Order: sequence, then C-alpha cells, then structure tokens
Amino acid sequence: MSENAILRAGPSRVVAPVPIVSAAAQTQPHRVNIAASHVDVFYAAKQAIVDVSIDIGEHQVTAFIGPSGCGKSTFLRCLNRMNDTIPICRVTGRIAIDGEDIYDPGMDPVQLRARVGMVFQKPNPFPKAIYENVAYGPRIHGMIGNRAEADEIVERSLRAAALWDEVKDRLDEPGTSLSGGQQQRLCIARAIAVSPEVILMDEPCSALDPIATARIEELIDELRQNYTIIIVTHSMQQAARVSQRTAFFHLGVLVEAGDTETIFTNPRDGRTQDYITGRFG
Amino acid sequence: MTDAPLPIASPRRPNLSRRRARRRAAERRFRWYGMAAIGFALLVLVVLIGGIVRTGYGAFLATEIGIDVAFEAETIDPAGTRAPATLSDANYRTVLRKALAGAFPQVTAQRDQQALMGMLSSSADFRLRGMVLDNPSVIGTTQRVWLKASADIDTLRKADDIAVATTAGAGALQLLADGATVTLRAGPGAFTGLFADLAARRPDAVTNGRATLGSHLPGYMVETADGGLLRLTSFTANEATGDILLAPEAAPAQWFTLIVSPPEGDRRIDDRELAWYRALDAQGRVRTVFNTTLFTSADSREPELAGVRGAVVGSLLTLVICLLLSFPLGVMAAVYLEEFAPKNRWTDLIEVNINNLAAVPSIVFGLLGLAVLLGFFGMPRSAPFAGGTVLALMTLPTIIIAARAALGAVPPSIREAAMGMGASPLQTVLHHVMPLALPGILTGTIIGMARALGETAPLLMIGMVAFIVDVPGGFTDPATVLPVQIYLWADAPERAFVEKTSAAILVLLAFLVVMNLAAVILRRRFERRW
Repeated sequence: MSENAILRAGPSRVVAPVPIVSAAAQTQPHRVNIAASHVDVFYAAKQAIVDVSIDIGEHQVTAFIGPSGCGKSTFLRCLNRMNDTIPICRVTGRIAIDGEDIYDPGMDPVQLRARVGMVFQKPNPFPKAIYENVAYGPRIHGMIGNRAEADEIVERSLRAAALWDEVKDRLDEPGTSLSGGQQQRLCIARAIAVSPEVILMDEPCSALDPIATARIEELIDELRQNYTIIIVTHSMQQAARVSQRTAFFHLGVLVEAGDTETIFTNPRDGRTQDYITGRFG
Repeated sequence: MTDAPLPIASPRRPNLSRRRARRRAAERRFRWYGMAAIGFALLVLVVLIGGIVRTGYGAFLATEIGIDVAFEAETIDPAGTRAPATLSDANYRTVLRKALAGAFPQVTAQRDQQALMGMLSSSADFRLRGMVLDNPSVIGTTQRVWLKASADIDTLRKADDIAVATTAGAGALQLLADGATVTLRAGPGAFTGLFADLAARRPDAVTNGRATLGSHLPGYMVETADGGLLRLTSFTANEATGDILLAPEAAPAQWFTLIVSPPEGDRRIDDRELAWYRALDAQGRVRTVFNTTLFTSADSREPELAGVRGAVVGSLLTLVICLLLSFPLGVMAAVYLEEFAPKNRWTDLIEVNINNLAAVPSIVFGLLGLAVLLGFFGMPRSAPFAGGTVLALMTLPTIIIAARAALGAVPPSIREAAMGMGASPLQTVLHHVMPLALPGILTGTIIGMARALGETAPLLMIGMVAFIVDVPGGFTDPATVLPVQIYLWADAPERAFVEKTSAAILVLLAFLVVMNLAAVILRRRFERRW
C-alpha cells in the first residue's frame, strides 16, 4: 500500500542530478573513471532512465540499489553498450570512460566491451572446456600468441577469481559441469582474462547460496585493488558489505549517490530512507 | 481483498479414496492409450516392411543354369592368333548353341533350339565372351559355366506357382512310338486316377469315356525314371496317347503320372520348357545364388539384367547437388534472418513467404525447373545437376525453418556472455550460437534431404523419368533416381519386375536408414565437442 503512494508521487517530481558527494565525506580520494551526464534511456516510447548523471571512481566498488524495475540494470548495461543489442533501445546523454565518450560514433562497442567486462545475474559459462572459457576473450582480442601465453593468462585469471585450486586438474571439463558458485567465479575469471578496466556485475549473487555469495563478495573485495567494479544488487546488506559507494535508483531516476556509509546511515532523501529501512521495495 | 478468514462452516469432504481410485484409473488408461498407439504403429510398420520384404527378397536371388561349354578354337579363333579383336568379335551364340545341343541332344528342331536358348538370359553369350577375353587359355577346354537364367525361368523357380502333383504309376509301362506320337499302355485302369481328376475339374473335356487335352486344360504327363517325359494329348482310363517332350527308354522300370496346373495356355513357361527345366534341376544344374547384378548394373528391359546401381548413383549425385546448394544457402539465410536482420515489415514478408514455399506442392518446383533451369538456363535434361537444383529449391524452406528454430532455441544468455566478452556479432554467431544450433540444423537438413531422396514428381518434369541403361558418371549425365526407378518398375509389364520394385523400395529404405544413421552420428560428434 505504501509502495503505491510512492509510485504515484515518483514520476511527478523532477529530481536534479545528484552531484558527487562532497570531498569532505570521502574517506580517500579516487580518480573519476566513468562520468555519465544527463543519460536518458528509452525502450521504444517508454523512458526507462531519466536524466541520470553520476561519476564513478576508479578502483572502487560502486553498488546500484533500488527496487525491481528501477532502471539500475538498464543503466549498468549502458556502460558497456550492451543495450545496443536491443533494437528498440535508445540512449541519449554522455557517458565517458577516462574522458572518452563511449557513445561516440567512432567508438567500437566490441573494443569497449574488452575494456568494460560484464558478469551476469545467471552464471552463463560457455558450454566449452573451463580452459576455453577463460582463453576465449584473450584469443578473440589477439592478446595471446602461443599456448604458453594462453596457459599463463588462464592460470592468472583463475587464480584472481579464486577458482584455480578447485579446477586446475580438470581444465578440460565443460564449464557447465561446475557448481553455480564456481560457474559464477568462472565468469568473473573469464571477464578479467581480457584485463578490463571496469567490471560490471548484474546481481552476480542472486542465483547463489549464502556460502557461494560470501566467496564472491570476498573476491569482489580483492578485485577492487585492480579494477573498477560496479555491482547491481537487490541485497542492501551486500551493498553495505562490498561497496564503497552506493547509488539508489528509483523509477528510472538516480535518487541519491554517495559513500555507502552515508547512504545507509544518513541518507538525504526520504525515498532512500524508506527503501533502506525496508518500507518498500 | 479481505483479510477475514473464511468460515469453515460445512466442510464438504468428497470420498477421497474413490477420487484417488478414479484418478489412478485415468492415469492407467492414459498409459494404455499411449502404449496401444505405439503398438499399432509398430504393427503397421511390421506389416508394411514385412510385405515389402516378402515380395522383394526374391530379387536379391538369381537363378543360374550350369551348362558344359566347349570353348572350341575353330569357332572362337580359327586362325589361332588370340588377338583380342578376334576373340571379341567371335560368335559366342554359336558356342552357346552347341553347348545347349550337347545338354539336350534330342532337341533338334530349330524352333525348339531357339526356345532352349531362351531359357538363358540374353546376356549369356556376353558372359562367355568375357570369360574368353579375361582368360584366353580357356579356349580348347570344356567347362561348366553357370549362366544367368532368363526372367521366366527365374520366376518359375522363385514363385514356384506351377503345381506338379506326382503319383507313382502301377504296372509295367509299354510305349509304342508312332512318329511323334506315342501310345502308352500299362494294364487296365492305369490312368483311372488322371481320368477321375480331369472329370472332376473339367467334365466338358470328357466325351464317351475319352479325355481330349489342350493348352486350355491342365497338363497330364507321364514321367519315367530315366528322365523321359511324355505329354498326354488324349487318354481313357486304360490307355493314353501323347507327345514326347523328353525321350524315354522303350521300357522304363518305373513311371509316374504328373498333373500340372495351371493350364499351359495360362503360363509363361510352356510344357517343353518345363520339361527341360525339370531335367536340368534333376541333374543339379540349376542353382540359386545372390543376385549381384541388382547392385552392379543399371536399368534394363530384361528383368534379370536390371539393377539399381544407376538409380543409386543418380540419387547420390542428385543429393550431393541438393545438399551443396541448399545447406549453405539455407543456413546463411537462417542465420541472417534470425541473428542479424532487423525486425520490420520486409523481414515479416520474407518469413511468411518462406513458410509458404515449404507448403508448395513439389510438382510446382518441377515445373519451375522445367521452365527456368532447362528452358531458360539450358541445363542438361535428365541430369542430376538439374534434378539436384530443383530439389534444393524444394528443400531450402525446410532447412531455413529448421535452422531458424534451432538458432532461436539457443539460450540468449550465451549470446550475452559472448557479447559481454567483446565478441563481435559474427564471432558470437560462429563461435557460440552455431555450434549449439548445429545438431538441430543437421536434423532439419537430414529431414529435408530424406524428403528430397523420396521425391519423384519434380524429377518427372525435368526428364529424369527416362529409361537409362548406363550408370551416370557425372553430374551432367542422364540419370534416374531411386523413387523414379521404383515408379518405372512398378509400371513395367513383366512379372519379374514386381519383385524388383519391392527390392528397389528396400534399397531406398536402406539408403534412408544410412542417411539417418549418419545424422545421428554427426549429431553425437558435434554434441561431444562441448
């Protein structure tokens, strides 16, 4: 019932883009990696994202939270232009990675996706050998010349994804033979094999049990040293555990973004307050 | 929506055990229906295949007659040069005639000798020539050569539908020859059995206690222990007169009466030929062997020389063309439509038309082939190239529809994973989607190919129905295909083609089984790769 009230109130309000929270609130300075400004996304005539502007810092974990259908996944998929594969989807505004507009006509989405890796909600390893799963990306991007290089990348990626010890003796087995959590870590290994700058994770733990979830969260924390990570999650505890910064989306609007601690302890917006205290969503 | 709990005022409790019993009975009944349906289908299949095998197995057997052939040098190579040209041009029919005269010395009349020759396949003299050419050292020797019997003798042996009832004769048989006719006496009442048989079957043939026989009546014969055979022309209960079919000794030790039905006039084998056949068979000079001709030669007017090799090779060549054209085109069209094409009015129109094409009667494709491929492009008539092209047009929609379904069944998560890795759309399709869809595409292709293999109508239109005696050597040679061969043989008047027709059907079915097996094996292999 209370959700209905919010839904009615939501679209009528025009919310100004939320600026990056003031430097004083930040515990450590981070270089801005991704800068999005005034992004609108339309599915045919329906607007899914309304004027979202956000800066995402390097080597940090940024969590996107919000109720179902709020546009957080849609916005995430704008960051590596995965929405291009949907014919009716249209994106306006500017998204820049390292100052480079990724929607520039000169930008090749294929090269972009090598820089911005992605891990999906449902583990989706290729139905090929574990080894092939990891070596595939480097191979199509011409990053490996011979078998030794491939072996090295595969081992490094699997170690980085904390999967090496479990699969090193069965690299020839199909990736689909692993357990759900292992499959998801394989997908992470596959994503980092091409040495991306950014890893997008779309609810990576929603299909996993709590133990597998804990392992993935641990892994995300380790990967933060080298990669910019953006994670969409439904679990506020998870957002609180793994992220340094959090952005709250509601009905296609970015309501509030800031340090995770601030968002969870002292949100500025009433809707954020309502959401994190479990009054809707 | 109200939160108040519904009052449970009067719980209507149905009879639970009865409901359960009824539910279980329904489930059992449903299982039975399924099993009955499968059982019925299997029964029909067994009856169908059983019927074809029963009619057709004879075509896999051939009758051969052993003749002692003297390869006389003066007939074959009088000059003694052993030059291949001489050996090739020699008159082997003479050799054969002499050999037959040796086997049946009492057959002297030219017409009878011709009939004797007719018991062998018309290819017999080629066989002798082949033997001499392969090995000229046979000249001057006498060898028993097993020669293919004519279709009539072959049918006689296989069909076994001339009933010969044999009864031992009582009393000493006396033969009194008077020119060509013989009077038989063997004591009073020796022919009572024959007489009673004829009187029962055809009372009209008996007048004043004497039976007069003819070709419209069953044959009544007397066989002697030494192999003589006499055909009765008229007889009473005590005495008979007849013609000599095979000369007996004057006073045979033992004799038999034969009743041969149906009448001579209703058979393709006359009494003479029957007598010769029985004599040869009694000497162990008739044998049944595996019919290799069926698999080594093409069509022929002579049933015993006709084989399916021409049609099998024709089918194979046609299918190769069909596959080469329809598989790449069909798969490429399906990949484009399913993976790359924008969804708009044009692609909708194309899709509707592809579905319509799949339902077009095949004869229409035949007419198209006749008008466009033969008429406009001037492709060779009756050739596998034109036939394969027409069949490819017919198969194309089937392959496109099957391939699109297979591509559409690949989970989108695989595409997302590949795209997310930075694979280009083409790489995504080639590396990930196609391998997963390939088993389904192959199944659709094999179904299309199987349909093309069994197709007759469009090929009639482009002239593949012609009578072709040579095994096609290439894609532009005149050829026929298995189903058309079946159609042609089913239409042929000779009785021996009946079993050939069934045998050709069996070969076609075997062809299909091999194709499906290949599909299963291919699918297994592709599936094992991931």
